[in-house]
Amino acid sequence: MSTAESKESAREIVVPGELLAISGKRAGPGTYSEGGKIFASQLGIKSVRPDTISVVPLSGQYMPLRGDLVVGKIVDVGASNWLVDINSPYPAPLHVNEVPWRVEFGETGRFMSVGDVVLLKIVGHDEQMRIQVSMQDHGLRKLTGGMVLEVSPSKVPRVIGKNGSMIQMLKNMTGCRIYVGQNGRIWIDGELDSIVRAVQAIRMIEEEAHAQGLTEKVKQLLEKSSERGA
Amino acid sequence: MGGMTTDIKLIDEKGLRLDGRRPDEMRPLRIEAGVLKRADGSAYVEWGLNKVMAAVYGPRECHPRHLQNPERALVQCIYNMASFSVDDRKRPGPDRRSHEISKIIAEALTHVVFTEYFPRTSIDVYIEVLQANAGTRCAGLTAASVALADAGVPMRDLVASCAAGKVADTVVLDLGKEEDNFGQADIPVGFVPRTNEIVLLQMDGDLTNDEFTKGVNMAVGACKKVYEVQRDALKRRYSARAADEGVPGPAEEKREVA
Repeated sequence: MSTAESKESAREIVVPGELLAISGKRAGPGTYSEGGKIFASQLGIKSVRPDTISVVPLSGQYMPLRGDLVVGKIVDVGASNWLVDINSPYPAPLHVNEVPWRVEFGETGRFMSVGDVVLLKIVGHDEQMRIQVSMQDHGLRKLTGGMVLEVSPSKVPRVIGKNGSMIQMLKNMTGCRIYVGQNGRIWIDGELDSIVRAVQAIRMIEEEAHAQGLTEKVKQLLEKSSERGA
Repeated sequence: MGGMTTDIKLIDEKGLRLDGRRPDEMRPLRIEAGVLKRADGSAYVEWGLNKVMAAVYGPRECHPRHLQNPERALVQCIYNMASFSVDDRKRPGPDRRSHEISKIIAEALTHVVFTEYFPRTSIDVYIEVLQANAGTRCAGLTAASVALADAGVPMRDLVASCAAGKVADTVVLDLGKEEDNFGQADIPVGFVPRTNEIVLLQMDGDLTNDEFTKGVNMAVGACKKVYEVQRDALKRRYSARAADEGVPGPAEEKREVA
């Protein structure tokens, strides 16, 4: 813990255009290189690793990446596809061939309609950012019941925690079923008061995303709220 | 602007201006980042008596569709002056002047944003002038680039902006309202400090070659100071919260530049 904390206190906030390194490293995400030097391209926290230098952004839109799990909302229904809003600048068409059911032409509305929430996987995108999504993988499905919470996509890694530690603790301590989409949408289902507790905890993570010892704080909050409920 | 005459003495015997500044002195500048909750990014600038708010949305789906570029994002800007921003009520709505300013600010920002990362989208910048006192396009551009960075839009650098001009036959920095109205020339400059590029340059009035060079150099020097205030505003937005936890929002601390 002490090593993790000393690393966190060394966190340096950088702004676009700031010089990060003279040379010798690879320019990671959130950076760009020009004339052999590496500069920050986004407002974020500088992260130095042996071979690369990158910036962890503090804000920004969700950009779909191959393999991402996302929570989408159906916004339009076509004869052979659904249009899904995945909280990014690009809408994602979901074709009938990519769902786990056999859907006849024009029968799409009987399976899912506008407003439904689905768990999707990003299959990929082309250079024009036309997105391909799929529901054909285990665990991917239409999400019924529960509620959807939105957080900033840049804070998703904090909600999940290292190796899923944060989200695992949330699930264990509230007993809720939770899916965190990489696009910043979080689906929660369970008892009403445990949902309330989970939402409270997530809002706290969002508020103090770059505070130290966050996991411990969230744990205390959840313990306190569970005592009150009992 | 050269046409207007006045009996106000714009520069006194001691060489000081109406508000007591030296010719190469800027008005006090304060910037706050992340002031609006609903926008993806925002900034508020107080520059002398100017009060300007900027909000950024996007990158988001570009409408109307025919404006979409399959290779890059479109940076759109709308500059607007509130009807109460000037002495006589300004007739609300877009006019020739605000169209022009919107266009040049959008072009200046396009130059630094990595538009190729977001094909088919638009990045929308809205600049609202709440109180005007000359130099609002510079204040607007300065605010807009802070708002863009706050929105997490990838960019090569921030754009800083400041104006210079000629008043009572003297080249001066950062014109105030009376100096703008009754002075002889005004040169707003938008500057990218990292690469030493000028991305916005206009001139209103007449200057000799030497005066022009002197004015631009003065403005560029001031842009470097503006740049430091911009960087400070962005860093403060997050470090203020980390320093004393639990206090939401940016700190209300004032920072001024002489």
